[in-house]
Amino acid sequence: MDITTKYMGMNLRSPLVVSASPLSEDIGNIKQIEDSGAGAVVLYSLFEEQIVSEQKDLFYHTSLGDISPEALTFFPEQDEYRLAPDEYLNHIRKAKEAVKIPVIASINGATTGGWVNFAKKMQEAGANAIELNIYYIPTELGLSGNDVEQTYIEILKSVKSTVKIPIAVKLSPFFSNMANMAHQLDIAGADALVLFNRFYQPDIDLENLEVKQNILLSHASSARLPLRWIAIMKGRIKADLAATSGIHSGTDAIKMLLAGANVTMLCSILLKNGIDYIKVIEKQMLDWLESKEYESVKQLIGSMCQLKNADPSSFERAQYMKAISKYKF
Amino acid sequence: MKDKVFVTIDGNEAAAYVMYRMNEVCAIYPITPSSNMGEWADEWSSKGIKNLWGNVPTVIEMQSEGGAAGALHGSLQAGALTTTFTASQGLLLKLPNMFKIAGELTPTVFNISARALATHALSIFGDHSDVMAARTTGFAMICSGSVQEVIDLGIIAQASSLESRLPFMHFFDGFRTSHEESKIEIVPDEQMKQMINDDLVELHRKRALTPDHPVLRGTAQNPDVFFQNRETINTFYNAAPDIIQKVMDKFAGIIGRQYHLFDYVGSPDAEHIIILMGSGAETAQETVEYLNAKGEKVGLIKVRIYRPFDIKRFLEAIPASVKVIGVLDRTKEPGAVGEPLYTDIINALHEGLAEGYGKIKSMPIVVGGRYGLSSKEFTPSMVKAVFDNLKSKKPKNHFTIGINDDVTHTSLDFDPDFDIEPPDVIRAMFYGLGSDGTVGANKNSIKIIGENTDYYAQGYYVYDSRKAGTLTASHLRFGPRPIRSSYLIGKANFIACHQTVFIEKYDMLKNISNDGTFLINAPWKKEEVWDNLPKKTQKHIIDKKVKLYSIDAQSVAEASGMGRRINTVMQVCFFAISGVLPKEHAIEAIKDSIRNTYGKKGDEIVNMNLKAVDNTLDNLFEIPNPGKITAKYDIREAVPSEAPEFVRDVLGEIIAGRGDDIPVSKFPVDGTYPTATTQWEKRNIALEIPVWDEHICIQCGKCPMVCPHASIRIKVFDPEELVNVPETFKAVDAKDKEFAGMKYSIQIAPEDCTGCGVCVEVCPVKNKTNTSLKALNLAPQIPLREQEAKNWDYFLRLPETDRNILKVNTVRQQQIQQPLFEFSGACAGCGETPYVKLVSQLFGDRAIIANATGCSSIYGGNLPTTPWTMNRDGRGPTWSNSLFEDNAEFGLGFRLAIDKQNEIAIGLLLKLKDKLGDDFINDIINAKQIEEPDILEQRKRVALLKEKLREIDLYEARRLLTVVDYLVKKSVWVIGGDGWAYDIGYGGLDHVIATGKNVNILVLDTEVYSNTGGQTSKATPISAVAKFSAGGKATGKKDLGMMAMSYGSVYVAVVAMGAKDDQALKAFIEAEAYNGPSLIIAYSHCIAHGIDMGNPLQQQKMAVDSGQWILYRYNPDLAKEGKNPLLLDSKAPKIPVAQYMDSENRFRMLKKSKPEVAKELYQMAQDIANDRYKMYQYLADRKYDGEQK
Repeated sequence: MDITTKYMGMNLRSPLVVSASPLSEDIGNIKQIEDSGAGAVVLYSLFEEQIVSEQKDLFYHTSLGDISPEALTFFPEQDEYRLAPDEYLNHIRKAKEAVKIPVIASINGATTGGWVNFAKKMQEAGANAIELNIYYIPTELGLSGNDVEQTYIEILKSVKSTVKIPIAVKLSPFFSNMANMAHQLDIAGADALVLFNRFYQPDIDLENLEVKQNILLSHASSARLPLRWIAIMKGRIKADLAATSGIHSGTDAIKMLLAGANVTMLCSILLKNGIDYIKVIEKQMLDWLESKEYESVKQLIGSMCQLKNADPSSFERAQYMKAISKYKF
Repeated sequence: MKDKVFVTIDGNEAAAYVMYRMNEVCAIYPITPSSNMGEWADEWSSKGIKNLWGNVPTVIEMQSEGGAAGALHGSLQAGALTTTFTASQGLLLKLPNMFKIAGELTPTVFNISARALATHALSIFGDHSDVMAARTTGFAMICSGSVQEVIDLGIIAQASSLESRLPFMHFFDGFRTSHEESKIEIVPDEQMKQMINDDLVELHRKRALTPDHPVLRGTAQNPDVFFQNRETINTFYNAAPDIIQKVMDKFAGIIGRQYHLFDYVGSPDAEHIIILMGSGAETAQETVEYLNAKGEKVGLIKVRIYRPFDIKRFLEAIPASVKVIGVLDRTKEPGAVGEPLYTDIINALHEGLAEGYGKIKSMPIVVGGRYGLSSKEFTPSMVKAVFDNLKSKKPKNHFTIGINDDVTHTSLDFDPDFDIEPPDVIRAMFYGLGSDGTVGANKNSIKIIGENTDYYAQGYYVYDSRKAGTLTASHLRFGPRPIRSSYLIGKANFIACHQTVFIEKYDMLKNISNDGTFLINAPWKKEEVWDNLPKKTQKHIIDKKVKLYSIDAQSVAEASGMGRRINTVMQVCFFAISGVLPKEHAIEAIKDSIRNTYGKKGDEIVNMNLKAVDNTLDNLFEIPNPGKITAKYDIREAVPSEAPEFVRDVLGEIIAGRGDDIPVSKFPVDGTYPTATTQWEKRNIALEIPVWDEHICIQCGKCPMVCPHASIRIKVFDPEELVNVPETFKAVDAKDKEFAGMKYSIQIAPEDCTGCGVCVEVCPVKNKTNTSLKALNLAPQIPLREQEAKNWDYFLRLPETDRNILKVNTVRQQQIQQPLFEFSGACAGCGETPYVKLVSQLFGDRAIIANATGCSSIYGGNLPTTPWTMNRDGRGPTWSNSLFEDNAEFGLGFRLAIDKQNEIAIGLLLKLKDKLGDDFINDIINAKQIEEPDILEQRKRVALLKEKLREIDLYEARRLLTVVDYLVKKSVWVIGGDGWAYDIGYGGLDHVIATGKNVNILVLDTEVYSNTGGQTSKATPISAVAKFSAGGKATGKKDLGMMAMSYGSVYVAVVAMGAKDDQALKAFIEAEAYNGPSLIIAYSHCIAHGIDMGNPLQQQKMAVDSGQWILYRYNPDLAKEGKNPLLLDSKAPKIPVAQYMDSENRFRMLKKSKPEVAKELYQMAQDIANDRYKMYQYLADRKYDGEQK
């Protein structure tokens, strides 16, 4: 069975790709990801805030002094500081040395600040591609939807202008017209769209009356939203499509491929079951493909997208109404 | 200048620079102002920088200077080229080894940033009392007067020591030279190498102890031969002066600067000369040259080599014309014939003339004087006054210069307006706030000017004695010739005020010259600037035609992402206005410097600084001088007029910056000062202060407990007291049932609060309709200041809550006790002072405190005002600081004296049994005096006893009256930091707890030497980055509590108030009640940890939750009852140690600098925490005989 796929011009052994997560913080894990058959690995995200705040924090504490004539400084000056960006670049280099599968660097930010220049350094460090994770929660009352969309476009354009390697944009589904947003990103040069980013939502700690952040892993039903939009966008934009959220089994992956995804991203299920679980998912996928007598994954990709669907409206609102009507109270 | 290598460094770096290159081992211990020398050496060693022979010197920090001297002595004996850096008390601790090292003719150079010895008071500042105390050791003494000389004479000392075999003390003035930044010519390594003869190094090694050629050194000798042995060294001392001069001549040949053992400067036919050494000689040279240019004939001799004193060369240095000599000593020897240099000069003249040395034929008139003690200013006007004295008919001998001695009338008058500074020297002063970056920016400006122009540059920085809201004054000079002005700027061309709040407090422009420039950072619009200045400042500007500039640096900094750091903005303003460099050139140089300085700290830091540079000039405005005074206010008086006389006349003058003018007669003769004085110094340093929401407060008492400055307090009182209540004063019904019918009030001292916000952090209450609010919320101070000051005054007048009704074992009631430690100069958010304050609340009215040198002695006892105070009865803690190393012993001495006087009192009581009655004296003698009410009862009995004794006309009765108060229990507290308890004072502490005597020892454990700027102690935890542990401390923290517990007779508690306040409270009460030695080790978060000082309690919680800091109490009294004495108060760790460590920069920065090392040490830290908890749990779980199995 040929399960190879093509993503942003890269030939991948398998459409199963490990998405950005703490799993890739360790080079040993990255080797294990390759050994388990993944087609590529997206490294953990380097956050814009991390780049900025870490430097400010270090600057503040190491510059503090002149408290009294006896305490002019508090810390010995170090020869060098290995800040998160440098460590990240080292990590890319080490990952590239360790594995043959493509290594996709991930950068997470929300402004057009200086951090976008960091993409060039990622390219120089050997990253095969960059996943641009735009994590933006606009809250300003005066900011229009168009302004928000333009921010995405500008970030993409500024990154594209600094690098030659492919750029994927990972984004949220919260746009007035997702199709138009995808179209604009496509025009702006996105090599792939990763659908969708899972925003961590705040919770309330009832004991201390404080807002707390805790990570909720995806569940299989999370896959429905990307499934719809991948199916809608497939064939209508040039950019490749990557599915992420709720892909917990081989059949989940198959569905995404049918809808039009070039690759399917795994995370929560691996955090839960371990990296080796990639093999199980691949086996499940192969079983299905063989049972349906497919010859290759490429055959499968997009075969049920909206453009190729007998009932195109099934991915739109009409179908939604029908789905509800199926329930009997 | 172009073919020479110039650098801008301070004296300490200069000394470290040459010594590091010419040595193989450095053994040190931090002490101000020498600490930086050892720190430089350690930094270079950790970076692998090599010495002249291509080796990386080993730098070791010891537990005390005594330890450093021992290690150095051993290293020398075993053949390594070894050096040390020290000062003051540190040098004294080295004396025993110095006699040995000299007696064994061992070459070494000790580098001393000379500092005052503690006498009636400690002083960290410079004079020669330390080196003079060491002059009998047999060390040669070589003195540098400037940063350039530190380089030059340091090399000469090392080369001379190797050749002469005499050890050298190379000394220079603490702070004035050690901390003065100066543009100097560096001596390249190859030239330095030429100065050192490798054959002499080899001879040093050949003399080393080695089992390959065994010898024995350090014998014990008897009356028959010791004396003769002692005289064997004479030939070496006789030969040394020629050797040193030969080395000086060689130095001149290679490097080009010629020195002599005694250098004469001035008119060749001078009749009046002065003799001195150190930085004062630079000022004297500048003045002599000025006076001679005006037609006078005066001169000076700079003493380079004070020991061995070469009489012949000294006489030869004196011009034949000399008739009168003034000798200036920077030390005082009470009771001596005169100060040491003076008596030596007299002696040398006497002997030299008899030998026919030199050009003078008869004994000149010689007078001696003292100057510059504790860095007292020594200015050209003072030099002139000394010459004027020499020219008088009968020159005053044993004079002082620089002070007003109106008691024994030793002082010479001087004209403070005598100014000799040439107009081509730019003089700039900058007033900043410690930690706002002003000093750093100025150091940078000096480097920029030094590197970009042919100008010579000098920078000197003056700090006040407070750690919160510190005023820093930078004095910068730039000029075309080497700058010899080793004194503060008198008249400045440029003055900058970097903090708006200073405007209403200080006379910023008292030093401004005519046509000078004044730059102020203020948030005002340019049209508002003039009207916002105080009257005095406006008058200066009008009278002296000062150019005024203004910038809102805060806004520019914030808009550039710099937060409150205004340093770059103000630096740009200085260059833009002063014209030292062409503006464009200066801005490029600043930008280059930003890239070089901050490059390794990240692009963001570079970019925000560059942005600040670009944003500055558009916001800098020249303010027109309207020529008339419009101000509605003036600079405030330092203390209010109702303050006591001593506070007004002495402390207030110090606060106002006029301490130099206070005459001798105003001071106590023996260093005894009144307590309760911080209350008069309203510092107003808080930007925000807490506001109490009385409606939601649960009256838990936590806020005053954690307040580092005792500026938030509680009173519970009768509602009838509420008369003439200020409009905004708050009081509500007290909630505790014991206080039924009473009122409860929490009040902030708005002008004493530092605005740290720790009270807000600890407040456990959330407003139900708006969870962003607590029962305490910060609000801007200025709008609240007047109203809350009135409320505070009213609150103080309310009666203190009766201590007898308080349940002191609960925080909510104990915290109502009046603190007798208030408004100290500790850092905002300090983690030590809440414990100190707790002692004062619980036991202050009967406490006697021995305080080790360190942060707690500085915020506890540094003038002008001191925080220990008294209650309405006039009782309160009495406090003293002996030394750093002897604090436990000092406190034990208190105990011995108190017990002895108690014993005397009881003996006399028994003798007066017939007069006083059995029952009465038995009640007194047997009173248990454990809890507060017991003590109050005893006080009543003693008061009655005093009345009775006054009626008895017997010797015993009169004698008993002198010791009668010792019948009431006294609580002895021994307080200090971990540097004292774990390191320098550990031997004493160990001995004291072994005596079984009733002393209470409080260790304020910040896990680092905080006061001297973050050096490693044995309390420093594994993996923490500190000075001397730049690569992370590789070993674990000493378990001091466990060591003390091993005696079985010591009460031990480990506490962390921010994690478990009630446990801490219990520990203090139990420790004091225990009739034997007690040791409390208190986790004290610290600015040196690299934490958010506005939320420091979370660090304490994490330290405890991770098991890094284990809370327990070990009470030997429980063992006596057959119970396990150890109570483990910490629950099993619930978070990883790494989570705690990652929240503090001291650990985090290891991850950022050496991640591989950090990974290993973090794991070791976790292992240590796990093992320790298991061990404590095992010990606490053991069942004792008296407990049920």
